Parts: sequence; C-alpha cells; structure tokens
Amino acid sequence: MNTVAEPITAPAAEAAAGARRRRQGDVILEVKNISLRFGGVKALTDISFNVREHEVRAIIGPNGAGKSSMLNCINGVYTPQEGSITFRGKSFSHMNSRQVAEMGVARTFQNLALFKGMSVLDNIMSGRNLKMRTNVFQQVVRNPWFGAAEKEEVEHREFVERIIDFLEIQAYRKTPVGRLPYGLQKRVDLGRALAMEPQVLLLDEPMAGMNVEEKQDMSRFILDVNDEYGTTIVLIEHDMGVVMDISDRVVVLDYGKKIGDGTPAEVRANPEVISAYLGTSH
Amino acid sequence: MGFFLETLIGGLMTGMLYSLVALGFVLIFKASGVFNFAQGAMVLFAALAMARFSEWGHELLKIDSKVLANLLAFVGAMLLMIAVAWLIEKLVLGRLVNQEGITLLMATLGITYFMDGFGQTLFGSDIYKIDIGLPKDPMFLLESVFQGGVLVNKEDLYAAAIAAALVIVLTLFFQYTGTGRALRAVADDHQAAQSIGIPLNRIWVIVWSVAGFTALVAGIIWGSKLGVQFSLSLVALKALPVVILGGLTSVPGAIIGGLIIGVGEKLSEVYIGSQIGGGIEIWFGYVLVLFVLLVRPQGLFGEKIIDRV
Amino acid sequence: MLYRENGQFKTTYTTDQQVFPILQDRVGIGLLLAFAVVGVPLLVQDDYLFRAILIPFLILSLAALGLNILVGYCGQISLGTGAFMAVGAYGAYNLFVRIEGVPLIVALLAGGFFAMIAGVLFGIPSLRIKGLYLAVATLAAQFFWDWAFLRIKWFTNNSSSGSVSVSDLAFFGLPIETPVQKYLFCLGVLIVFGIGAKNLVRSHIGREWMAIRDMDVAASVIGIRPVYAKLTAFAVSSFIVGVAGAMWGFVHLGSWEPAAFSIDRSFQLLFMIIIGGLGSIMGSFFGAFFIVALPIFLNQFLPWAGSLVGMTISTAAVAHAEFMIFGALIVFFLIVEPHGLARLWSIGKEKMRLWPFPH
Repeated sequence: MNTVAEPITAPAAEAAAGARRRRQGDVILEVKNISLRFGGVKALTDISFNVREHEVRAIIGPNGAGKSSMLNCINGVYTPQEGSITFRGKSFSHMNSRQVAEMGVARTFQNLALFKGMSVLDNIMSGRNLKMRTNVFQQVVRNPWFGAAEKEEVEHREFVERIIDFLEIQAYRKTPVGRLPYGLQKRVDLGRALAMEPQVLLLDEPMAGMNVEEKQDMSRFILDVNDEYGTTIVLIEHDMGVVMDISDRVVVLDYGKKIGDGTPAEVRANPEVISAYLGTSH
Repeated sequence: MGFFLETLIGGLMTGMLYSLVALGFVLIFKASGVFNFAQGAMVLFAALAMARFSEWGHELLKIDSKVLANLLAFVGAMLLMIAVAWLIEKLVLGRLVNQEGITLLMATLGITYFMDGFGQTLFGSDIYKIDIGLPKDPMFLLESVFQGGVLVNKEDLYAAAIAAALVIVLTLFFQYTGTGRALRAVADDHQAAQSIGIPLNRIWVIVWSVAGFTALVAGIIWGSKLGVQFSLSLVALKALPVVILGGLTSVPGAIIGGLIIGVGEKLSEVYIGSQIGGGIEIWFGYVLVLFVLLVRPQGLFGEKIIDRV
Repeated sequence: MLYRENGQFKTTYTTDQQVFPILQDRVGIGLLLAFAVVGVPLLVQDDYLFRAILIPFLILSLAALGLNILVGYCGQISLGTGAFMAVGAYGAYNLFVRIEGVPLIVALLAGGFFAMIAGVLFGIPSLRIKGLYLAVATLAAQFFWDWAFLRIKWFTNNSSSGSVSVSDLAFFGLPIETPVQKYLFCLGVLIVFGIGAKNLVRSHIGREWMAIRDMDVAASVIGIRPVYAKLTAFAVSSFIVGVAGAMWGFVHLGSWEPAAFSIDRSFQLLFMIIIGGLGSIMGSFFGAFFIVALPIFLNQFLPWAGSLVGMTISTAAVAHAEFMIFGALIVFFLIVEPHGLARLWSIGKEKMRLWPFPH
C-alpha cells in the first residue's frame, strides 16, 4: 500500500480522472423521485439521480439542503414517503439498514458514531462484524489453543491492521478514540466503513473541521480507496475545491430539490447553482 | 351490577390517588428531565413531617385546636419540603448537570435510600396518624336504583376532588405562566435554557418544591387513609405504571393513566384475580403498561422520540 | 518502576489480544487466584467470615456480572434482576426435588436455562421500548414473578409455609456442606463464568452489544443486528443471573422464600454495578464486594464510633444509618466517578506505571 504522499499536479490529476472515467461501469445505485417529509417540513422533494459503479459522485448544496437526509434514505435510517431506491437492479421503496449494510453499502457519519471509550482498533474491528461467523458458544470458550473464535479474531485483526496501515494511524491503534483529535477520529470512522469491504461508500462530510493538510490526506485516502478497490464513492462535501478536484460527477441540492447534475465543470457553470450559493432573492 | 359499579367507582378513586403521586413524577420530569425515583420517599417524608409536626404542636406547643395544629404542621412540612428541594438541587442535581438519564435516575435512587433512612431517624419509625378531618364514613348512593345502594367511600371522594383541583391548577400553571414556560424550556434542553438566561438552579428548586407540595398533599391523603408508615413509600411503585402509561411529560396523561390503572386493578382483582390465586394487583398495572408500551413505546400521551443520526 | 511494559514485545496478534497482556498483571492474577483457592481456606478459620462475606460476595459477583452484561455492555436498563434470580432458584429447585438423582450442577444450570427463557421473553419489549420506559417494563417481570412464586403452589412443590429448602448438595460425589466446601464450589463456578463472560465481551458479540449501547440507530448501519444483539444480551445475562439465583438459594440460603429475590435485590445488584463500574467485568467484583461488606462494616463501626462519643446506637438506628450512608455513597460516586471503582482502579494502575515519577 502506497504510504508516501506525492503532490498531485494538474496534468497528473487530469490523467487520473481520465483513467477513472474509462473504468466507470454501469449504474449501480439509482434514486428515483424520492420525497421525504418530517411532519410539515419537506426535507427532500422529488429527487432523482444515479451513481455509476467505480465513480466518485459528490452531493453538494447549502446547509439544510437535505444532503444528509438523502444519504440517510439510501442507508435505511429514514424512510421516504415517496420514491424508490434501486441497488444493482433491485428496487426498494424503503431500505432496511442492516440489509443495506449486507448489500455492501457502508457509510461515515457527520457526527461520528464511534465508541468514544474504546480503542481505535476495537472501533474498526466492529466494522468487521458482518463478516464474522462464529456463534456465541464458540466465543465463550475462546482460547489460543483450540476452537474457531480466536482464529477468526486474528484473521480479521490482520485485515483491520492493513486498513490501519493504509490510514496511517498505527501509532493510535490502542488509544481510546475519545482522546484523539477530531481529524483522526474522522479517519477512524472511515476505517470502520472500509472494514465492511463495501462496494459503495457513503461519506458524510468527511473533511468537516479539517485544515488544508488534513484535507489533502483525506482526499488522498478517498482516491486511493477508489483506485485500489474500485469502491464507488458518494460524497457530501462543502469544500468546492475538493469537490471539483476529486469527483467525477456532482449533484446539487437546494431546499430539498435537485438544481444541478453533471460533471464538475457543468455544475460550476450552472446559473441556478451559482445563485443558490451566492444567494439571490427566492 | 351494583357491585360492579362499586368496584368501578372504587377503582376510579384509587386511580385519582395514584395520579396524585404520579403528578410529582411528571412535574419533575417535565421541568428538569429527571425521572425522580425518590418521589415515593418524598411522599413518606412529607407525610411523616406532617404527622409528627401536628403531634408535636399538640404536645409541645400545647395547641388544642386540631385545625390550627394541622395548619401549622402543614406550613412546617411545606417549608421542610422546600428545604429538601433546595438541598437536592445544591448537593445532587447541581453537580450532575448534563449527565445522562440513567445517571440521574440512579442519583434519585440514592436520594430515595437516603431520605428513607433520614426520615426515620428524624421522625421515628412507628406508625403515625394523620387526621385532617376527612370524614371516614361510607355513603350509599343510588339506593333507589340498586338494592342497598352503591357503597362509596367519602374519604376517597374528597381525596379525588382535591387531586382533580391540584391537576387543574398545575395544568394552568404550566400552560399560562412565564415560569411554566421556562420550566418546559429547561426540560427540553438544559444547556440551551441556560444560554438564554434561565436560572437553572432556581428553576429546579421551584420545580422540586412544587413536586414536594404534591408529595405532601399525596402523603397527607394516603397517610390519612393508611396511616403513616414505611409502606407508604411503596405507593410510588404503584404510581410508576401510571406515569409511564400517561406518558412521562403529560399532566392530563397522569390523570387518565391513573384512572385506567385504578379501575383496571380493581376490576381485574375482583373478576380475574379470584380465579388464579388473588393478589394480582401488584403486577396488573405493570403488565398492562408493558403491553401498551409495545404498541406505543412513548406511552399514551408522551412525546414521540425521534432519533437523529 | 515495577509496573512497566518495557521489554514485553508481542509478536503475534494472539498474544497482543490476550486478556492480561502485561506480565505483572498475569502474575498478579495468578497470585490472587492461588490465594483465593488455597490461601483463604487455610487461613480463614472463622465460619462467619465465609457465611457472611465470602460466599455472598462470590454469588452476588456472579449475578452482578450477569447484570453488567445487560446494563453495562448492552445498555438495556433492567430493574427485574431479582425476578430472574428467583426463576433460576425455583427452576433449579423444581428439577432437583421432582426428579430423582439430578446432580446439583445440572439443576443449577437448568435454573439458568429457565431464567434465560424468561429473560428472552421479557427482553422482547426492549426491541421497541427504550430507556426509562424499558426500566419500568422490566419491573413488570419483577412483580409478576414475585406474585407467581408466592401464589402458584406448583412452584413451591405445594409447600404449606411458602418457603422451600434443599439439602444434600454434592458436586461429582464431593459433598458441599461445610462453609469451606461451599466457598470453593462458588469460587469455581465464578471463575468459569468469569472467563466465559470476559471472552464474550472481548469478541464480536461484545462489540455488537456495545454498539447497541453507544450508537443505537447507527449500529444497524454498520451491520449490527439489533434484535440478535439485544436478545442475546438478555439471554446470556439472564442465564448467568439465573445460575446465581439458584446458587443463592441452594448454597447460601439453604431454604428460602420469594422475598429473598424481591425488588430490593434488584436495586442492590444495580448499585453494585454502578458503584463497581458499568461495562467492566472487574467492576462487577469490586461493586459486589463493596455492597456486601458495607453493611457488615457499618454494623461493627457505627456502634463503636457511637461509643467513642458516648452514644449508644440501637440496631434500628444502625439500619437507618446504613440506608442514609448507602444513598449518600451512591450519589457521591455518581458525582465524583460515574464510571465507578473500576475506573479508579485503572487510574491507579496508570499512576503505578509512572511511579515513582509524578507524570
């Protein structure tokens, strides 16, 4: 795993983006006519867009536009009143979180749902839960000499250690997560999502609260994940520079409605998007 | 049919008495987000204070008029409950600001044990009488319709009336006064309320004092009925299903919950309990609440809990 | 200086993940166990110490362990623990007296099994109900079983007095009659269950439980099955609590009535795990010891302290004082160290690592 950062130059970025575009496959996830209401508040109104396999898709928009709600619908945390979500050809009117996870969709959270009291290692190990097969009885008699439980723990520990290497957090593996600075906690969150070996990775503002160097690191991790494992990335982000640099296509939401959809260049030139961000009278 | 009516009315009135205790829970929870397990201990403590003060007023201060003795005792007990409220805020709540619900619950459990021991150390552990002049004789209603009439306990009737009056006053207080609004704000979010300048500690003292007042009224009524003894604090355990059934934050809910549980207990004891060994009162309320919660996890009138991720 | 990890390198994940990775800890535990198994029976001559402190401590530690799994690790509040101890005790009792020749250990485990079933049944509401509402719902279990064991004659083998008793306890032929024998039996059971519990909480089921406790909604997003996690927590916890209840009745009390498992017992166990430390195996032991020893300590100390100032303190007053001190201690712990004695212990160990340096 490549652990030395190389500065990304403009032609190199173009070439990489070109390589990614050639690799993009068919539509893996499609969202059709999703509407979500909380009592009288309309969080999402008739949203439709698709995500191609292996691409990096960004969802942007001003605060309160409904971006996190959109991810929550895909994840099964919220149930939309209307619309459907299609994953690999199978349509659902609402998703069950556990099923979505089993189907290979992982996610990070805006507010970091981590075990504050447990170590980095244990937090990322919890992401391996889906892959662990031993039952309660085997775990009760877990010991280093016989039985399946210890072997399974070690196997998964090896996988998690590779993720820890990739995210460069080796020094913190035994530290309780609550004691780490925010930027590192976000990395642990990402690590746990990666531990699920997802096909689609939903990232909810992975760079919130980070400085420039941390954002570069995080961008590098995201791109590496996309390059090495071909993971499809759906990304909510506020930093326009990051979005324009790393995403293949962008969806723009404003007040729960879709106002733009296309490549970064297309979206940047869209007058509606410009007015939403710069603000005009509505 | 006459017997059924009797049981029904008896149940309604017992229900009102449960509501009286439940009100204390709801008040504190509504205004500070704390589930006060110590409410039962407060009822007992208040009742003990009332009983003993009345006795001492009689003996030590040589007050002959029972009404005067009771009045003074009431005032004394009320002052004591306010002092208790102030101490609880200072020593316990003030130091546990922003802790999780279970921590606060456990703290009130600790307060329960402390007050049980303290009350008995201070006031003694015998059975004491409270006599505030509630008539104890039964009355017979509707003698023309049912043979022998329907037996109604006058004491319970008075108690129910007092409880109803208390509820109306409290509901009005919460809805229409500035303090009531501030209390609701505090219950919603401690920090936010503090940040807009609501004096948290004063509010809490007010709330716990009002709860102490309801505890005193409940203590007097129950104590007058059963005598003041340790088992009075167990009345709180009877009131818990009422609180949950009505929803932790609803004052009218406490009343309706009380009526349902009161009636349910009596009817089930008479008609079902006799079949399976009797004494099912102790768990009927709880099992009923269990089933209701399965359908509505927030109780009948409670607020729905929305989880955000 | 003594308590250092210097030079203790781990070369395999297995050794890195073991329960006591530091050599000094392993030595310490080894010594403690040796002392408990060999030293105590040799040194302690006074039966009272066994009967009043050590045996109750061992059995209630087991129950506290079970409760901690449910409340501390999985975050589901339960106020009905006494009831599940009762189910364990009466379940074991019925098997023991109604069927000829059932070995004690089988009866105890069967008690645990019955408690497990009851636990899962009364745990189903936890799938819908949370927090305080769940706490009150668990009281339904407590009061229901209180009533059942009192009024349903079949449970008590139609005993006229309402209480039941057992005798002739043996483990694979070895009698369990003297306090020392009872102590060793309880110790053995506790060690076995302790190891099993520690294994569970450090494996993936333990992480599932903690995910439910800490992240509830987000837990299913990372693939945790809330139903499975909650019900296994109830099942494992109730099983352990049931075995503890059976042991309480069989080994400690010998003869008992439903009041032995009342709501006071439930509160007592809850206090144990709160003072000891929620979500900590060691905390369960600390808490149990504290709560068992405190009344006995107060019983000796208060009259003596009173005599120093010339006051005689009646037993009733001591009982009241116990309540007050109990309550005050709970509040004190919650304010000062909400994570309990276990946290104080690990802070102590941290300081030991640095000793003799201050930081």
